[in-house]
Amino acid sequence: MATEVFQKIFDDKVSREIKIEPKDWMPGDYRKTLIRQISQHAHSEIVGMLPEGNWITRAPSLRRKATLLAKVQDEAGHGLYLYSAAETMGITREEMVDQLLTGKAKYSSIFNYPTLTWADIGAIGWLVDGAAIMNQVPLCRASYGPYARAMIRICKEESFHQRQGFEILLTLCRGSKEQKEMAQDALNRWWWPSLMMFGPNDDASPHTEQSIRWKIKRFTNDELRQKFVDICKEQAEILGLTIPDPDLKWNEETNHYDFGEINWDEFWNVVKGNGPCNKERLNARVTAHKNGEWVREASIAHARKRKKTLTAQKN
Amino acid sequence: MNPDEPLWEVFIRSKQGLDHKHVGSLHAADAQMAIENARDVYTRRMEGVSIWVVESKNIHASNPDEAASLYDPAADKIYRHPTFYDLPDELKHM
Repeated sequence: MATEVFQKIFDDKVSREIKIEPKDWMPGDYRKTLIRQISQHAHSEIVGMLPEGNWITRAPSLRRKATLLAKVQDEAGHGLYLYSAAETMGITREEMVDQLLTGKAKYSSIFNYPTLTWADIGAIGWLVDGAAIMNQVPLCRASYGPYARAMIRICKEESFHQRQGFEILLTLCRGSKEQKEMAQDALNRWWWPSLMMFGPNDDASPHTEQSIRWKIKRFTNDELRQKFVDICKEQAEILGLTIPDPDLKWNEETNHYDFGEINWDEFWNVVKGNGPCNKERLNARVTAHKNGEWVREASIAHARKRKKTLTAQKN
Repeated sequence: MNPDEPLWEVFIRSKQGLDHKHVGSLHAADAQMAIENARDVYTRRMEGVSIWVVESKNIHASNPDEAASLYDPAADKIYRHPTFYDLPDELKHM
Protein backbone atom coordinates (compact mmCIF):
# COMPACT_ATOMS: atom_id res chain seq x y z
CA MET A 1 0.00 0.00 0.00
CA ALA A 2 1.14 3.53 -0.71
CA THR A 3 2.06 5.90 2.11
CA GLU A 4 -0.99 8.09 1.35
CA VAL A 5 -3.27 5.14 2.01
CA PHE A 6 -1.56 4.39 5.33
CA GLN A 7 -1.70 8.07 6.25
CA LYS A 8 -5.42 8.12 5.51
CA ILE A 9 -6.05 5.07 7.71
CA PHE A 10 -4.00 6.66 10.49
CA ASP A 11 -5.79 10.03 10.25
CA ASP A 12 -9.13 8.28 10.20
CA LYS A 13 -8.32 6.30 13.34
CA VAL A 14 -7.12 9.39 15.19
CA SER A 15 -10.20 11.37 14.23
CA ARG A 16 -12.51 8.54 15.36
CA GLU A 17 -10.64 8.25 18.69
CA ILE A 18 -9.37 4.76 17.86
CA LYS A 19 -6.03 4.20 19.60
CA ILE A 20 -2.86 3.73 17.57
CA GLU A 21 -1.03 0.57 18.66
CA PRO A 22 2.67 -0.31 18.33
CA LYS A 23 2.38 -2.39 15.15
CA ASP A 24 0.13 0.10 13.34
CA TRP A 25 1.59 2.33 10.66
CA MET A 26 2.23 5.84 11.94
CA PRO A 27 3.87 8.97 10.49
CA GLY A 28 7.59 9.27 11.26
CA ASP A 29 7.12 12.60 13.04
CA TYR A 30 4.37 11.17 15.24
CA ARG A 31 6.75 8.42 16.32
CA LYS A 32 9.58 10.90 16.86
CA THR A 33 7.42 13.29 18.87
CA LEU A 34 6.12 10.51 21.09
CA ILE A 35 9.52 8.93 21.67
CA ARG A 36 10.80 12.32 22.76
CA GLN A 37 7.79 13.12 24.93
CA ILE A 38 7.46 9.70 26.60
CA SER A 39 11.18 9.31 27.27
CA GLN A 40 11.43 12.84 28.68
CA HIS A 41 8.49 12.03 30.86
CA ALA A 42 10.18 8.81 32.04
CA HIS A 43 13.42 10.67 32.77
CA SER A 44 11.44 13.22 34.78
CA GLU A 45 10.00 10.48 36.97
CA ILE A 46 13.46 9.04 37.59
CA VAL A 47 15.21 12.37 38.26
CA GLY A 48 12.14 13.44 40.23
CA MET A 49 13.05 10.92 42.90
CA LEU A 50 16.20 12.88 43.78
CA PRO A 51 14.86 16.08 45.38
CA GLU A 52 12.54 14.01 47.58
CA GLY A 53 15.05 11.29 48.29
CA ASN A 54 17.01 14.04 50.00
CA TRP A 55 14.41 14.06 52.82
CA ILE A 56 13.62 10.37 53.34
CA THR A 57 16.15 9.95 56.14
CA ARG A 58 15.11 13.23 57.74
CA ALA A 59 11.32 12.94 57.59
CA PRO A 60 9.89 14.14 60.91
CA SER A 61 7.98 10.94 61.77
CA LEU A 62 7.74 7.31 60.79
CA ARG A 63 4.38 7.99 59.10
CA ARG A 64 5.89 10.76 56.98
CA LYS A 65 8.88 8.61 56.16
CA ALA A 66 6.78 5.61 55.08
CA THR A 67 4.54 7.75 52.84
CA LEU A 68 7.47 9.60 51.29
CA LEU A 69 9.20 6.29 50.59
CA ALA A 70 6.04 4.95 48.97
CA LYS A 71 5.76 8.07 46.82
CA VAL A 72 9.37 7.82 45.66
CA GLN A 73 8.88 4.11 44.92
CA ASP A 74 5.84 4.98 42.81
CA GLU A 75 7.96 7.44 40.84
CA ALA A 76 10.47 4.71 40.04
CA GLY A 77 7.53 2.57 38.91
CA HIS A 78 6.12 5.40 36.79
CA GLY A 79 9.49 5.83 35.10
CA LEU A 80 9.49 2.12 34.28
CA TYR A 81 5.93 2.13 32.85
CA LEU A 82 6.92 5.03 30.62
CA TYR A 83 10.24 3.57 29.47
CA SER A 84 8.35 0.43 28.43
CA ALA A 85 5.77 2.50 26.57
CA ALA A 86 8.56 4.33 24.71
CA GLU A 87 10.26 1.02 23.87
CA THR A 88 7.15 -0.09 21.96
CA MET A 89 8.03 2.66 19.46
CA GLY A 90 11.40 1.13 18.65
CA ILE A 91 13.89 2.91 20.90
CA THR A 92 15.83 0.69 23.34
CA ARG A 93 16.12 1.14 27.08
CA GLU A 94 19.89 1.49 26.77
CA GLU A 95 19.55 4.32 24.26
CA MET A 96 17.20 6.20 26.56
CA VAL A 97 19.34 5.72 29.66
CA ASP A 98 22.34 6.80 27.64
CA GLN A 99 20.56 9.96 26.44
CA LEU A 100 19.74 10.85 30.04
CA LEU A 101 23.20 10.18 31.45
CA THR A 102 25.04 12.04 28.70
CA GLY A 103 22.80 15.07 29.19
CA LYS A 104 21.37 14.75 25.68
CA ALA A 105 17.85 14.17 26.91
CA LYS A 106 15.77 16.70 28.79
CA TYR A 107 13.65 16.15 31.85
CA SER A 108 11.28 18.46 33.66
CA SER A 109 13.21 21.53 34.86
CA ILE A 110 11.34 21.60 38.13
CA PHE A 111 13.66 18.92 39.48
CA ASN A 112 16.63 21.23 39.09
CA TYR A 113 15.51 23.24 42.12
CA PRO A 114 16.77 22.30 45.60
CA THR A 115 14.67 20.98 48.52
CA LEU A 116 15.93 23.17 51.35
CA THR A 117 13.42 22.44 54.12
CA TRP A 118 10.87 19.78 55.06
CA ALA A 119 8.11 22.13 53.88
CA ASP A 120 9.52 21.75 50.35
CA ILE A 121 8.36 18.13 50.40
CA GLY A 122 4.86 19.41 51.12
CA ALA A 123 5.10 22.03 48.38
CA ILE A 124 6.35 19.48 45.86
CA GLY A 125 3.44 17.15 46.57
CA TRP A 126 0.88 19.93 46.41
CA LEU A 127 2.23 21.99 43.51
CA VAL A 128 4.62 19.85 41.49
CA ASP A 129 2.48 16.73 41.62
CA GLY A 130 -0.60 18.93 41.24
CA ALA A 131 0.77 20.45 38.03
CA ALA A 132 1.88 17.01 36.83
CA ILE A 133 -1.61 15.60 37.41
CA MET A 134 -3.13 18.55 35.53
CA ASN A 135 -0.87 17.71 32.59
CA GLN A 136 -1.30 13.96 32.85
CA VAL A 137 -5.04 13.47 33.20
CA PRO A 138 -5.70 14.54 29.58
CA LEU A 139 -2.81 12.30 28.48
CA CYS A 140 -4.86 9.28 29.62
CA ARG A 141 -6.77 9.92 26.37
CA ALA A 142 -3.65 10.27 24.21
CA SER A 143 -4.00 8.63 20.80
CA TYR A 144 -1.09 6.21 21.35
CA GLY A 145 -2.40 3.17 23.23
CA PRO A 146 0.65 2.16 25.33
CA TYR A 147 1.20 5.77 26.46
CA ALA A 148 -2.46 6.28 27.35
CA ARG A 149 -2.53 3.02 29.33
CA ALA A 150 0.64 3.94 31.24
CA MET A 151 -0.86 7.33 32.04
CA ILE A 152 -4.06 5.79 33.40
CA ARG A 153 -2.03 3.67 35.78
CA ILE A 154 0.12 6.65 36.79
CA CYS A 155 -2.81 9.00 37.40
CA LYS A 156 -4.53 6.42 39.60
CA GLU A 157 -1.44 6.17 41.77
CA GLU A 158 -0.55 9.83 41.79
CA SER A 159 -3.53 11.28 43.59
CA PHE A 160 -2.11 10.16 46.93
CA HIS A 161 1.09 12.03 46.12
CA GLN A 162 -0.68 15.35 45.99
CA ARG A 163 -2.76 14.65 49.06
CA GLN A 164 0.26 13.68 51.15
CA GLY A 165 1.95 16.95 50.16
CA PHE A 166 -1.06 19.03 51.05
CA GLU A 167 -1.34 17.25 54.39
CA ILE A 168 2.28 18.10 55.19
CA LEU A 169 1.67 21.78 54.46
CA LEU A 170 -1.63 21.81 56.33
CA THR A 171 0.08 20.39 59.41
CA LEU A 172 2.82 23.02 59.21
CA CYS A 173 0.30 25.81 58.65
CA ARG A 174 -1.63 24.79 61.74
CA GLY A 175 1.57 24.50 63.77
CA SER A 176 3.85 27.13 65.26
CA LYS A 177 4.58 30.51 63.74
CA GLU A 178 7.97 29.23 62.55
CA GLN A 179 6.37 26.21 60.90
CA LYS A 180 3.87 28.35 59.05
CA GLU A 181 6.66 30.64 57.88
CA MET A 182 8.53 27.62 56.62
CA ALA A 183 5.46 26.61 54.59
CA GLN A 184 5.10 30.11 53.17
CA ASP A 185 8.78 30.17 52.25
CA ALA A 186 8.41 26.87 50.40
CA LEU A 187 5.39 28.20 48.50
CA ASN A 188 7.34 31.34 47.61
CA ARG A 189 10.14 29.30 46.09
CA TRP A 190 8.05 26.59 44.35
CA TRP A 191 5.14 28.62 42.96
CA TRP A 192 6.75 30.12 39.86
CA PRO A 193 8.77 27.03 38.87
CA SER A 194 5.52 25.05 39.16
CA LEU A 195 3.78 27.38 36.71
CA MET A 196 6.72 26.91 34.35
CA MET A 197 6.05 23.15 34.34
CA PHE A 198 3.30 23.72 31.78
CA GLY A 199 5.90 24.90 29.29
CA PRO A 200 6.19 28.08 27.21
CA ASN A 201 3.18 30.26 26.39
CA ASP A 202 1.08 28.99 23.48
CA ASP A 203 2.50 31.55 21.04
CA ALA A 204 6.01 30.27 21.84
CA SER A 205 5.13 26.58 21.68
CA PRO A 206 5.33 25.62 18.01
CA HIS A 207 4.62 21.89 18.48
CA THR A 208 1.39 22.24 20.44
CA GLU A 209 -0.84 22.61 17.40
CA GLN A 210 0.45 19.44 15.74
CA SER A 211 0.28 17.49 19.01
CA ILE A 212 -3.34 18.54 19.45
CA ARG A 213 -4.10 17.49 15.87
CA TRP A 214 -2.55 14.10 16.61
CA LYS A 215 -4.57 13.95 19.83
CA ILE A 216 -1.48 13.52 21.94
CA LYS A 217 -2.27 16.77 23.73
CA ARG A 218 -5.85 17.80 24.45
CA PHE A 219 -5.26 21.25 25.91
CA THR A 220 -2.67 23.94 25.30
CA ASN A 221 -0.01 24.88 27.86
CA ASP A 222 -1.79 28.12 28.75
CA GLU A 223 -5.17 26.44 29.17
CA LEU A 224 -3.73 23.93 31.63
CA ARG A 225 -1.73 26.59 33.47
CA GLN A 226 -4.87 28.70 33.92
CA LYS A 227 -6.80 25.73 35.34
CA PHE A 228 -3.94 25.10 37.76
CA VAL A 229 -3.82 28.71 38.97
CA ASP A 230 -7.59 28.78 39.51
CA ILE A 231 -7.51 25.63 41.60
CA CYS A 232 -4.40 26.52 43.62
CA LYS A 233 -5.62 29.97 44.58
CA GLU A 234 -8.51 28.44 46.45
CA GLN A 235 -6.42 25.66 47.95
CA ALA A 236 -3.88 28.22 49.23
CA GLU A 237 -6.71 29.91 51.14
CA ILE A 238 -7.43 26.66 52.99
CA LEU A 239 -3.78 26.61 54.03
CA GLY A 240 -3.87 30.31 54.91
CA LEU A 241 -0.85 30.92 52.68
CA THR A 242 -0.32 33.74 50.20
CA ILE A 243 0.61 32.98 46.60
CA PRO A 244 3.65 35.14 45.81
CA ASP A 245 2.10 37.07 42.93
CA PRO A 246 0.85 40.64 43.41
CA ASP A 247 -1.00 40.45 40.07
CA LEU A 248 -3.07 37.44 41.06
CA LYS A 249 -6.71 38.53 41.13
CA TRP A 250 -10.13 37.38 40.08
CA ASN A 251 -11.29 38.55 36.68
CA GLU A 252 -15.08 38.86 36.47
CA GLU A 253 -15.04 38.87 32.68
CA THR A 254 -12.99 35.76 32.08
CA ASN A 255 -14.16 33.94 35.19
CA HIS A 256 -10.54 33.07 35.89
CA TYR A 257 -7.73 34.44 38.01
CA ASP A 258 -5.37 36.79 36.22
CA PHE A 259 -1.76 36.23 37.15
CA GLY A 260 1.63 37.84 36.65
CA GLU A 261 4.17 37.32 33.91
CA ILE A 262 6.41 34.28 34.26
CA ASN A 263 10.15 34.90 34.23
CA TRP A 264 10.88 33.13 30.95
CA ASP A 265 14.58 34.02 31.10
CA GLU A 266 14.84 31.92 34.24
CA PHE A 267 12.86 29.12 32.55
CA TRP A 268 15.15 28.94 29.51
CA ASN A 269 18.22 29.30 31.67
CA VAL A 270 17.27 26.21 33.70
CA VAL A 271 16.28 24.30 30.54
CA LYS A 272 19.73 25.08 29.12
CA GLY A 273 21.38 23.48 32.13
CA ASN A 274 22.10 26.46 34.38
CA GLY A 275 19.53 25.86 37.11
CA PRO A 276 20.59 25.55 40.75
CA CYS A 277 20.84 21.72 40.67
CA ASN A 278 21.22 20.61 37.01
CA LYS A 279 24.76 19.35 37.52
CA GLU A 280 24.03 17.77 40.88
CA ARG A 281 21.03 15.84 39.51
CA LEU A 282 22.88 14.53 36.48
CA ASN A 283 25.89 13.55 38.58
CA ALA A 284 23.62 11.71 41.00
CA ARG A 285 22.11 9.70 38.12
CA VAL A 286 25.51 8.92 36.59
CA THR A 287 26.86 7.80 39.97
CA ALA A 288 23.77 5.69 40.69
CA HIS A 289 24.11 4.02 37.29
CA LYS A 290 27.79 3.31 37.90
CA ASN A 291 27.21 2.05 41.42
CA GLY A 292 24.46 -0.22 40.12
CA GLU A 293 26.73 -1.86 37.57
CA TRP A 294 27.66 -4.74 39.87
CA VAL A 295 23.98 -5.42 40.60
CA ARG A 296 23.20 -5.72 36.91
CA GLU A 297 26.22 -7.95 36.38
CA ALA A 298 25.33 -10.08 39.40
CA SER A 299 21.75 -10.57 38.22
CA ILE A 300 22.94 -11.73 34.81
CA ALA A 301 25.51 -14.08 36.40
CA HIS A 302 22.82 -15.40 38.73
CA ALA A 303 20.46 -16.02 35.81
CA ARG A 304 23.19 -17.98 33.98
CA LYS A 305 23.95 -20.06 37.05
CA ARG A 306 20.28 -20.80 37.67
CA LYS A 307 19.82 -21.83 34.04
CA LYS A 308 22.78 -24.21 34.31
CA THR A 309 21.39 -25.80 37.48
CA LEU A 310 17.97 -26.23 35.90
CA THR A 311 19.46 -27.82 32.78
CA ALA A 312 21.55 -30.18 34.91
CA GLN A 313 18.48 -31.25 36.87
CA LYS A 314 16.59 -32.05 33.67
CA ASN A 315 19.39 -34.24 32.28
CA MET B 1 18.51 -4.36 23.26
CA ASN B 2 20.79 -5.96 25.83
CA PRO B 3 20.36 -9.72 25.17
CA ASP B 4 21.22 -10.53 28.79
CA GLU B 5 18.25 -8.54 30.08
CA PRO B 6 15.47 -9.18 27.57
CA LEU B 7 11.99 -7.69 27.61
CA TRP B 8 9.18 -9.61 29.32
CA GLU B 9 5.44 -9.10 28.98
CA VAL B 10 3.62 -9.17 32.30
CA PHE B 11 0.14 -10.63 32.85
CA ILE B 12 -1.65 -10.31 36.17
CA ARG B 13 -4.64 -12.10 37.63
CA SER B 14 -6.30 -9.43 39.74
CA LYS B 15 -8.60 -11.81 41.62
CA GLN B 16 -9.01 -15.55 41.94
CA GLY B 17 -11.43 -16.67 39.20
CA LEU B 18 -10.53 -13.93 36.70
CA ASP B 19 -8.29 -14.15 33.63
CA HIS B 20 -4.71 -12.96 33.63
CA LYS B 21 -4.59 -9.62 31.86
CA HIS B 22 -1.68 -7.92 30.14
CA VAL B 23 -0.47 -4.99 32.24
CA GLY B 24 2.84 -3.96 30.68
CA SER B 25 6.41 -5.06 30.26
CA LEU B 26 9.81 -4.93 31.93
CA HIS B 27 13.41 -6.07 31.59
CA ALA B 28 14.94 -8.90 33.64
CA ALA B 29 17.76 -11.42 33.38
CA ASP B 30 15.48 -14.47 33.74
CA ALA B 31 11.88 -15.49 34.37
CA GLN B 32 12.21 -15.68 38.14
CA MET B 33 13.63 -12.16 38.36
CA ALA B 34 11.00 -10.95 35.90
CA ILE B 35 8.31 -12.19 38.29
CA GLU B 36 10.00 -10.51 41.24
CA ASN B 37 10.33 -7.25 39.31
CA ALA B 38 6.72 -7.51 38.17
CA ARG B 39 5.69 -7.84 41.82
CA ASP B 40 7.47 -4.54 42.59
CA VAL B 41 6.44 -2.66 39.46
CA TYR B 42 2.87 -3.81 38.89
CA THR B 43 1.42 -4.94 42.24
CA ARG B 44 2.39 -2.26 44.76
CA ARG B 45 -1.27 -1.88 45.75
CA MET B 46 -2.43 -5.49 45.91
CA GLU B 47 -3.42 -5.48 42.23
CA GLY B 48 -2.70 -9.17 41.78
CA VAL B 49 -2.89 -12.70 43.14
CA SER B 50 -0.93 -14.32 40.32
CA ILE B 51 1.69 -13.18 37.81
CA TRP B 52 2.63 -14.60 34.43
CA VAL B 53 5.69 -13.41 32.53
CA VAL B 54 6.45 -14.28 28.92
CA GLU B 55 9.55 -13.22 27.09
CA SER B 56 8.33 -10.68 24.54
CA LYS B 57 10.11 -12.40 21.63
CA ASN B 58 7.86 -15.43 22.19
CA ILE B 59 4.70 -13.49 21.52
CA HIS B 60 3.45 -13.73 17.96
CA ALA B 61 0.92 -11.15 16.92
CA SER B 62 -1.48 -10.82 14.01
CA ASN B 63 -0.69 -8.10 11.49
CA PRO B 64 -2.96 -5.07 11.98
CA ASP B 65 -2.74 -4.27 8.25
CA GLU B 66 -4.40 -7.58 7.50
CA ALA B 67 -7.16 -7.12 10.06
CA ALA B 68 -9.85 -6.55 7.43
CA SER B 69 -9.26 -9.84 5.63
CA LEU B 70 -8.38 -11.77 8.79
CA TYR B 71 -11.71 -11.11 10.45
CA ASP B 72 -13.73 -11.01 7.25
CA PRO B 73 -15.11 -14.57 7.58
CA ALA B 74 -17.04 -13.64 10.74
CA ALA B 75 -18.45 -10.40 9.36
CA ASP B 76 -21.50 -11.83 7.53
CA LYS B 77 -22.54 -14.48 10.05
CA ILE B 78 -24.92 -12.70 12.36
CA TYR B 79 -26.81 -16.00 12.68
CA ARG B 80 -24.14 -16.93 15.23
CA HIS B 81 -25.87 -14.59 17.68
CA PRO B 82 -29.04 -15.68 19.52
CA THR B 83 -30.90 -12.48 18.58
CA PHE B 84 -30.84 -13.51 14.89
CA TYR B 85 -33.75 -15.94 15.36
CA ASP B 86 -37.41 -14.84 15.09
CA LEU B 87 -39.34 -16.46 17.89
CA PRO B 88 -42.72 -15.60 19.47
CA ASP B 89 -42.79 -13.46 22.63
CA GLU B 90 -44.78 -16.13 24.52
CA LEU B 91 -41.80 -18.49 24.31
CA LYS B 92 -40.18 -18.40 27.76
CA HIS B 93 -36.85 -19.56 29.22
CA MET B 94 -34.92 -19.69 25.95
